[in-house]
Amino acid sequence: MPASLRKELFATPLDGVVTVLLITGLAAAGSRLLHWALTQADWAVIQANSTLFAVGRYPIEQQWRLWLLGALLAAAAGLSWGVLRGLALPDRPTTALWPRHDRLAASLLVLLAAWAPAALGLTLTIQSRWWGLTGLLLLVRWLAGRYGSRLGKTAPLVLPMVWPLLYLVGMVLIGGGLGLVAVGANEWGGLLLTLVQASFAILLSAPLGVLLALGRRSSLPLLRWGSVVYIEFIRGAPLITLLFLGQNILGFLLPGGMAPDRIWRAAWILTFFSAAYLAEAVRSGLAAVPRGQLEAARSLGLSLPQALAKVVLPQALRIALPATVGQFISLLQDTTLLSLIGLLDLLGTARSVMANPLFLGKSAEVYLTLAVLFWCCCAALGLGSRALERRLNPPSLGR
Amino acid sequence: MPFLRTLLPKLSFASTLALALLLASCASEGGGLQSQKIDLIKNRGKLICGVDGKLPGFSFLGSDGAYSGLDVDVCKAVAASLLGDSGKVDYRDLNSSERFAALASGEVDLLSRNTTETLTRDAAGGNGLSFAPTTFYDGQGVMVAAGSGVKSLKDLAGKPICVESGTTTELNLADRMRELKATYTPLKFQTGDQTYAAYLQGRCLAVTSDRSQLAAKRTSFPDPSAHLLLGEVLSKEPLTPATTNADPVWSDAVRWSVYALMQAEELGITKANVAAKLAQAQANPNQADLRRFLGVEGDFGKTLGLPADFVVKAIAAVGNYGEIFDRNVGPGSKLKLDRGLNRQWSQGGLIYSPPFR
Amino acid sequence: MASRLGKSPPWWQNRRLLPWLVQASVGLVLVLVIAFLLGNLVRNLSAAGLLLSWRWLGQPASFDIAETLLPFNASQPYWRGLLAGLVNTLRVVGLGFVGATLVGTLVGSASFSGNGLVKRLARIYVELIRNIPLLLQLVFWYFVVFLALPNGAAAIQLPGIVLAKSGLFLPGFEAGFQWSGPTLVDGVWQAPLRFTPEFGALLTGLVVYTGAFIAEVVRGGIAAVPKGQWEAATSLGLGPLPSLRRIIIPQALRVIVPGLNTQYISLAKNSSLAVACGYTDLYSVAETSLNQTGRAIEVIVILLAAYLAIDLVISLLMNGLNRLVQIKER
Repeated sequence: MPASLRKELFATPLDGVVTVLLITGLAAAGSRLLHWALTQADWAVIQANSTLFAVGRYPIEQQWRLWLLGALLAAAAGLSWGVLRGLALPDRPTTALWPRHDRLAASLLVLLAAWAPAALGLTLTIQSRWWGLTGLLLLVRWLAGRYGSRLGKTAPLVLPMVWPLLYLVGMVLIGGGLGLVAVGANEWGGLLLTLVQASFAILLSAPLGVLLALGRRSSLPLLRWGSVVYIEFIRGAPLITLLFLGQNILGFLLPGGMAPDRIWRAAWILTFFSAAYLAEAVRSGLAAVPRGQLEAARSLGLSLPQALAKVVLPQALRIALPATVGQFISLLQDTTLLSLIGLLDLLGTARSVMANPLFLGKSAEVYLTLAVLFWCCCAALGLGSRALERRLNPPSLGR
Repeated sequence: MPFLRTLLPKLSFASTLALALLLASCASEGGGLQSQKIDLIKNRGKLICGVDGKLPGFSFLGSDGAYSGLDVDVCKAVAASLLGDSGKVDYRDLNSSERFAALASGEVDLLSRNTTETLTRDAAGGNGLSFAPTTFYDGQGVMVAAGSGVKSLKDLAGKPICVESGTTTELNLADRMRELKATYTPLKFQTGDQTYAAYLQGRCLAVTSDRSQLAAKRTSFPDPSAHLLLGEVLSKEPLTPATTNADPVWSDAVRWSVYALMQAEELGITKANVAAKLAQAQANPNQADLRRFLGVEGDFGKTLGLPADFVVKAIAAVGNYGEIFDRNVGPGSKLKLDRGLNRQWSQGGLIYSPPFR
Repeated sequence: MASRLGKSPPWWQNRRLLPWLVQASVGLVLVLVIAFLLGNLVRNLSAAGLLLSWRWLGQPASFDIAETLLPFNASQPYWRGLLAGLVNTLRVVGLGFVGATLVGTLVGSASFSGNGLVKRLARIYVELIRNIPLLLQLVFWYFVVFLALPNGAAAIQLPGIVLAKSGLFLPGFEAGFQWSGPTLVDGVWQAPLRFTPEFGALLTGLVVYTGAFIAEVVRGGIAAVPKGQWEAATSLGLGPLPSLRRIIIPQALRVIVPGLNTQYISLAKNSSLAVACGYTDLYSVAETSLNQTGRAIEVIVILLAAYLAIDLVISLLMNGLNRLVQIKER
């Protein structure tokens, strides 16, 4: 046994015993799980309902719009990935086109695209579409990495524009309008609905959260107390209670019959909820920026809004980035609560699938698949956040 | 100061405008046969119907994306009578917790969701609903596993019983067990699926709900013959479509659309022969009752706020009450329920339409 | 520009006036919006016949609650049912605090263990749990784990403890100070101390989930203690355990306690997901009351007030604890 491994696992007799116990326990549990997954589990429930899980009851003849949106998303993701990778770190001025992590990620994506659609029992045309999407993502990534440096300084500024624009285009593609057939919101479901809700809430709660954080630190009493009351009220209430409030009370707060669709009610509640928590994250970022920054900016002749926008906020947002992305990850996870108010998001669709007579009792398979799906999405977001943080807060600059 | 001269008038104008808008929105509409709800539905072009969506035979969303069931057919009939087309319906799946709030807030126009008509739900001081004619006379029952040895409600003392929360079912169960002076453990779940899932996994010994619902769900169990319904009927459960008290014109329109289905069965008018009957009525000026019923003469539709041929449209879309029953829960379906109390009054049942006159 | 000297600046640059203008406009907008919403609320409520009233709280509830510390039956009023729900919530939250803190401390300290496998396992546990939604974990625990347990004679029987589909049965004192353990009567387990699977699933899910977050807090706290403190403690001859207890933990607590505050409040709020497990906590009873009475506004006010009160109490207690552990610098 190599010396380093021995030092890590068997340094003392107690360590050795603990290691042996853990290894045998893990091996036993792991083999039983594998045995169950390969022999006893009935994965037909996932295969038969993969469309339902992915897009709910979206009309089949309009699903080409979702494929188009998927292609746009793949291109945007590849672009972001390539440009971010091209951003030079201070301690590493030139980066290889495909560093080790990227090669690993790319090969994982290729493997996933090759295995998953086939395992789900999808038709060959749909499988080839998934291969096409993955190919597009990797192609754009390569192009962006190769030629992105020509964009120069404007590159990191272009990226934050691409995603909100893509969101608007996506909403038109999904919902209809501009010549496309309208698809009502109550036909969206599954992963589509989860992503629509999460992206709506993320995009709208970000500016609202920043405004609330600024308001909380404002010297104007009305703004400060208004922000404090709002933030503390939202933070004191469980999300399910607020969703309940939104579903039941919103209809009474607006003139009769004008209540927005249940889906948008829930999306607005998620936005208001997330804005309060974001405000706290941004507030801690604002507090970490030395007061001297604001004073220096004002003494240079910048007005208060200008000083905040150009000097204080960029630094504060950079510091608050991990907490902010953490809040976004929580938001993605909180969309599962929509199933408790009867909406057919991913978890809600899963529960309604299990009500189908054919699939009664297959809860383990369905929940495990959902858990893996969520874990991958949230872990990917976390990894992306850490990579972004390393680039925006280089350790060598110090604070 | 100069700014005051410009700002203050602007502020006062803005607040006056806002106040005026506020007051305007409070103003009520004029009288006459004005129905906000009917106008709203006509403008929208679609009827929004609250259903269950997961109850085979009553309202079930099939894998092809189409809704079917007795409650769904009632929605289709109302849509056909008001809008002329039974396809102009938007269905909303509602669980038992949110159904009344959705109806009260105007999110759905009609609640056709196997809802029991009770005093508190009808009363203006209670839920303030307005009930249409009962479309299914049911009773509450209890389902147990065949081998469990439970023969009556008394045997369930001290045992866990699964029940869906927010229903009359949980209240009736509590009352019956209190009469028997028996304790029990009620396990409550938000939706029907979870309730039956917990029962099937053996968490509770029995599950209670409307007998028709138990029979409907049982057809989808892995082994339907392993479960049996106890003979006891715990309560009366008249399943009735509902609207709110707020718009009496709309409520009446719905009520008489449903009565039309029942009257049609009494007169022998079916989906297949309604066109022929219409032609017959148009050709024969002597058949006054039929002519008035089918809208050839008279103004029944107009007094209700519906088109004159609303009966014809409704029956052409879904058939009469008997056909609806047979197709969804009777011999022509998987449930194969006996009509029982749901026969016409002339055959000893409770389905009775007041005269169309 | 010389013409500007001596004159008061225009109103949009007047620094004394601007704050009041901004506040006045914000205030006006708020007032208008609230008036609009309230006007609609009153009009819609009176049309539906549901104007605000609290008398329904005294009506008999007519529904039963499965498990309560507070005795409750269907003939008792709604307010007593809501109180029983609140007691249920406090029960799971209290036990959840204990469990999550234990798990979190264990896993957090395990990150500093000498054993490489233990360190990695702690890391995997935290990363795994944090990225899966809590609701998914709760329904998994309930429907896949607890409801899959065997029942009756086939239940898992350890000395004095029985784990079955119908619950966890522990020995305790029967009426009359008799110590007795779980017994099988007619195929049904009985015991003095009994936890239902609903409670068990909720508690397990909350403890596992919050424990992962508390582990991160503990790890951050211990990592915030400068490495020099460890070295100084070792050089003074203190072993690993006494140095942890006397030197490291008191300093780490400074950072840990504020983080614990957030996690405890989060646990208290997450307990409202009990409705997914079939456990009748405050939210579940409130939802049932809403369905049976239709009184949406009153029920939601009660819910919000109760959870706000719970959060305030937790914050107060943790602030007191915080003041205790803050080290007074010289």
